[in-house]
This record gives sequence, structure tokens and C-alpha cells, in this order.
Amino acid sequence: MSPALTAISNTGTAPLRFPHRNLLGIEGLSADEITFLLDLADSYVQQNREADKKSTILRGRTIINLFFENSTRTRTSFELAGKRLGGDVINMSVSTSSIKKGETLIDTAMTLNAMHPDVLVVRHPDSGAVALLSQKVNCAVINGGDGSHEHPTQALLDALTIRRRRGKLQGLLVAICGDILHSRVARSNIQLLQIMGARVRLIAPATLLPAAAERLGAEVFLDMRKGLKDCDIVMMLRLQTERMQGSFVPSIREYFHFFGLDYDKLSAAKPDALIMHPGPMNRGVEIDSEVADDIDRSVIREQVEMGVAVRMAVLDALTRDPAQRNAPHGK
Amino acid sequence: MATKLDAGGANGHARVAYVNARLIDPAAGLDAPGALLTEGETIADLGPDLFKPGVPEGVATVDCKGLYLSPGLVDIRVQLREPGEEHKETISTAGAAAIAGGVTTMVCLPNTEPVIDDVAVVEFIARRARELKRAKVYAYAAATRGLKGKDITEMGLLSEAGAVGFTDGVRAIADAGVMRRALSYSTTFNALIVQHPEEPSLAGMGAMNEGEVATRLGIAGIPTAAESIIVGRDLRLVEMTGGRYHVAHVSTAETVELIRRAKAKGLSVTCDTAPPYFALNELAVGDYRSFAKLSPPLRSEQDRLAVVAGLADGTIDAIASDHAPQDQDSKRLPFVQAECGGIGLETLLALSLELYHNKKLGLIDVVRRLTEAPARILGLKAGRLEKGAPADLLLFDPARPWVVQERAIRSKSKNTPFERRPVQGMAVRTVIDGRTVFQAAA
Repeated sequence: MSPALTAISNTGTAPLRFPHRNLLGIEGLSADEITFLLDLADSYVQQNREADKKSTILRGRTIINLFFENSTRTRTSFELAGKRLGGDVINMSVSTSSIKKGETLIDTAMTLNAMHPDVLVVRHPDSGAVALLSQKVNCAVINGGDGSHEHPTQALLDALTIRRRRGKLQGLLVAICGDILHSRVARSNIQLLQIMGARVRLIAPATLLPAAAERLGAEVFLDMRKGLKDCDIVMMLRLQTERMQGSFVPSIREYFHFFGLDYDKLSAAKPDALIMHPGPMNRGVEIDSEVADDIDRSVIREQVEMGVAVRMAVLDALTRDPAQRNAPHGK
Repeated sequence: MATKLDAGGANGHARVAYVNARLIDPAAGLDAPGALLTEGETIADLGPDLFKPGVPEGVATVDCKGLYLSPGLVDIRVQLREPGEEHKETISTAGAAAIAGGVTTMVCLPNTEPVIDDVAVVEFIARRARELKRAKVYAYAAATRGLKGKDITEMGLLSEAGAVGFTDGVRAIADAGVMRRALSYSTTFNALIVQHPEEPSLAGMGAMNEGEVATRLGIAGIPTAAESIIVGRDLRLVEMTGGRYHVAHVSTAETVELIRRAKAKGLSVTCDTAPPYFALNELAVGDYRSFAKLSPPLRSEQDRLAVVAGLADGTIDAIASDHAPQDQDSKRLPFVQAECGGIGLETLLALSLELYHNKKLGLIDVVRRLTEAPARILGLKAGRLEKGAPADLLLFDPARPWVVQERAIRSKSKNTPFERRPVQGMAVRTVIDGRTVFQAAA
């Protein structure tokens, strides 16, 4: 266990429960609410390392993983989280659903709602689709990633990973590098890190930065060495290969040469800077294999472990008080 | 000139004194009698008082006889045709033409075969030019792969390999989305995007300027709007992306005005024009003369005057030769079928000096548009007379008259639109890296 763990137990300011019905994004969460989720997740990290990993908190509850976009990691992580808490988990993916037969998103939501699930975990390729769906159902909805908008559990698991290693988020300098334009992970992380008092830098070629990137409160850099200077944390983003040929960046070799994380570029960051990646990695595209596998610097596998704990915490928090489910949507 | 061609010597550390010169260096605002000393490949000293007491022992002396000693000309738009079309021109023949015209630095377009869209081709051009030891050659790389106007090239790697800017050569980057992306991506490396400003869907099958002459000749025209529409669009994209943008061979009054306003607004935009656009108009097409078929086409007299005015007020930063060699087979065709372009390396200086002789620009401003300004646009280490700078020099006589004649042309192709034109002003001696590489016959 990290020696830092003792330093991060309840600050005393965190609320005793999570006051929201859904987790649609990081936007709108307070530092206390985030701290509450991270503290709760911390306790599940321990549970997940025991031989008997199962509890009964979600016994009798139904969780539906509704994935309109391919995913192995996130879906498995949510599935494990639900099962370890004793819930019944059902996976629905787009290829087996009636979406392909022309059913609209809202019809799907109404149909599923009629089956009385307790939690819907939804991933959708369109930004805003998960929020739309949440308005039509009575149960809690967790955003498992919507388009290029938000991926809140990823940001939470990143925060947990950092907090366990560094003891805090406040005051850290975090670089998020790569395909910011298309990344929901980046949008959730930019918000969470800033809410928690960290400073954020965005590093990318100009074609992979959103038009108003500097309005997100982060510093923007077009050069890795300049942007990584003095950073505590280096978060790499996945570059989707369908965006490689000529449209956004001209080639893999050029991208790797200027924006791939290797030891040379990493040397600009603090000597003990941590390397993170939401996965799945493209080795030799956005990250050099040696760096990705560096056991002293890379916490990429730890992120996966934290992912299950964070999702258990979110499922727990959203199902604790059934009365909440009938409360009006919102904060 | 009494001195032998090799004065200034092959010896790497040779010192050469250029005395009795009229020094002209627009970068420093210098236009005064004086002397200049080169040591090896660089300028060691210069000034009005240098060698007043006499040239020391062991220093070779060149008597400039009161002629102008300026930085060597920097020509930022040259088609070398090598690799791929060596029957039209080679790096060697273009180099010979360049130094005879006082050009010490050329920047070549990527429309070769193979296209300069890969690091290896940039390196090939640089190596060939080094071996030939004539004019220095830099290359633009393609802005889009294969000049196809779709996918942006590896601007970072190509810049590292030495590409000085990105352009699709004689083709416009026509798609607005691609142009936006090219301008945006280029900011990552602070690279320059150079546009051939012609909207292809408006140029269509046109072969000359749209107007009365084209109407009478029965030739499909290219409207001036084909140029101004794409420049206007690009300027808006420059504003949006923060890219650095250069318009090549401005030919219309509307474009000059668009760029004038963009500069007043503080946009990062520069432009050049070529001698045909301030020294000729569409009447040069005359009786279907294919040597006067250029791209962009020769325009109206009113456009020509606007280009002159743009040069005079600095809206147009630079003059380039727009050297486009075409062999006889490409030009001896019905006008509409003939290839576009004219050669220009050997006439660049004399035609630009017409602006001075006609009292449109001061001499120092003409020299500025041919040296310091183009070098600054591309960030080249050239175009200035200063201590430590490469000793790339031009000694020229602005008054010396001559007539453009095909038999005297050194370029492999002879397609000049200025054939038989009497001009004034000649390169007398061209020096590259301290070595005299050309001397005019007395």
C-alpha cells in the first residue's frame, strides 16, 4: 500500500453522501463531492485486494451496461464493480440491441426503464446522448463516456491514482498530451483537476486542439518539451489511428517524433513525474514502449486497478439512498 | 573587369577586398560609397571608411569602379524541373542562369517528379545543389501529399530536413477545409504556407485573363475573382488559425487591396509578385503568343498599375522570378494547349530595375524586394550585408543596357515573355560564399 494513503483519509469536509442522482460528468461536482467519491473508492481498493472480494451492498439491485460504442475495458470494469458489490449486471451492446433495427435512443431508454433497473451505465458515440437518456428513465445513470464530451469515471480513477501516489491533487502541475480535440477523457480531467486545485497544461499539435482550448482554464502548448517542463504528471491520450492519415496529423512517424512520449521529451518533466494513459495504448504512436513499461514512472496498470474501485464507489454512492432516485434530476 | 574569374579564390580563408563600391544594403538602410572585405565564406567587414588608408598586403582586391555592391538576389519562386523533367531545366542549368542574373539563393517549388513531399527529396535537392556549387538552393515542400490537395504533409519532419515553407506549387490549395488544417497544423512548427492563388473552379479551362482581349481572341478567360476569392478566403482562415501565410505572384488590383487591408489589420501575411505582372499586361498575348501564357495570366493595365503601386507602398514585399522553364514541345502548341510559365532568372534584376528607372521605387527599395525582404519571409540566412553573414554578393551596374535575346539565355528552356525587350541593368559579378562564380563580359 502506498505510504501516502494515511495522509488522504477523510478531510472532515467531505459530505457523508453523494447528493446527485446521476453521474453524467465532472462538470457541476464540488471538490468535496469528488473527495467523497475518492475516499470511498480508496476503501474499495482494499476490498479488491482481499481474497474474498465480494460484498452485498448492491444485493438485489440491477445494473445494465448499455454500450452504444465498442468497449472492453470500461465495460468489464463496470461489470466487475457491480458484481463485487453483489449486484446483478447485464451487458447490452449496440450490435445485439434493437438500435440497429431503428429504435431511437429514447425508445430504448423507455423500454429498459420498464424493466426497473437501478443503474444504467451508458456509453454513446454522441456527446450529450447520455444526458438525454437520463431524462427519460427513473434510475441512476452513469456516463461511461459520451462522444467527445465527458468520461467522469476515468477522471475519477486518474485522480485516485494520482492522489494515492502523491498524497494530494492540490498544486500539482499536470500535462495532458495528444488528441485533446476528440478526447472526453481530457475534458473530464481538465475539469476535475482544476476543481481539485491542480494546474493543467494541454500539449498537442494545433490540429488536435479544440478551437477554444485556452478558454478551458488550461495553458496550451504546441511543443512537448516546453509543455512538459516541471510537470508532476504526464497524461498521454490515445490517438485514434483513423485520424492519422493526413487529416489531423500527417503520419505516425511525424506524430511520434514530435508528440510521442519518449525519455528524451520526458526529461523536461520533473524527474519523478508519473506517466499515465487511459488505454488502450498505441505503442510507438503516442508513447514509447520503454516509457510505458517503466515500473518506476508508469502508473498505467495502476489506473486500471483504480478503475474498478472508483466504479464501485460510484455505484455505491448512487444507490445508497433509494429516495434520491425520485428526486428531480440535477445538482 | 580586369580581375580573373577566380579572384576571391578557392582558398577557404582567402581575404578579398571589394573597393570603390557603392554599398547598398536595404536591411541596414545603407546606400553609400565604401568597401567590403570577405574572409573565406563570410563578410568580415564593410563600411564607407573601410580601406580608406589602403588595402593591406595579402588581401586580393576587386575594384568595383563605383558600381553597386549589394547582397546577392534571393529568388523565392523557381521551378528547377529536377528531378523528373531534366529536359526542361536542371539544378545545374538553372544555377548557371541564376548566377548570371545575380541570384545567389533560389527557393524551388515542390512540383518535381517525385514531388518534394518527403524528407529524402528535400535532402536530394540540397545535396545536388551543394555538389554544383552554383546558386544556393532551398526547397519548399508540398503542403499536401503528392500535391493532391487532400492530406497534409509531414511539416515537422520536412522543416527539420530543411524545407523552408509549404506550398502545392503551381496548384492552389483549393479546399477550404484542407487549407484550414494546413494553416492550423503549420502553427505547430511555425511553418509558412505559400498559396498559388487561383480558385480552380473559377479558372476552369481559362487560358488567359478574362476580358476584352480574351473575348476578341476567342479564348476562355480566368477572371480576376479567381485570385481574389481564394486570397480573401485564405485571409479569413489565417485570422482563424493564426497561421503564417504568403501569397505568391500577386497579379490583380483586388488582391493587392485585400492584402493591404489584411496587413493593416495586423495579420501574418506576406506576398510577392513577378516581373511579368508589373512589366507586362494581357496585350503581350498579342497574336496568341504562347510564351505570354503564364499562371496567373497576364492581367489588364489597371491590374499592372495596382501591382506597381503595391510594390511602391510595400504591400507587395518581394519580387521573385517565377522561373518556369518549358521546352519547345510544351510551348509550340495552340495557345490554349500550351503549358503555362516563363523563365525569369536572368531577367529578374533588369526588369525589377525598370521600377527604379521609371521612378516608381527607389533603388534601395528595388534591392530590398529582391534581397532582404524575401530572405526575411522565409527566414533564410541571406539578403544582408553584415559582418559574419555569408559572403553572397552581387556587383551590378543599374544603367548598363542590353536586349533580352534567346541565344544569350543560359537556361535550358528559352521561353521568356520578354524576348527582344531592351532593358537596363546587369549583374557584373556574382559572389557566393566569398567565391566569384560569375563575371559579365566587359
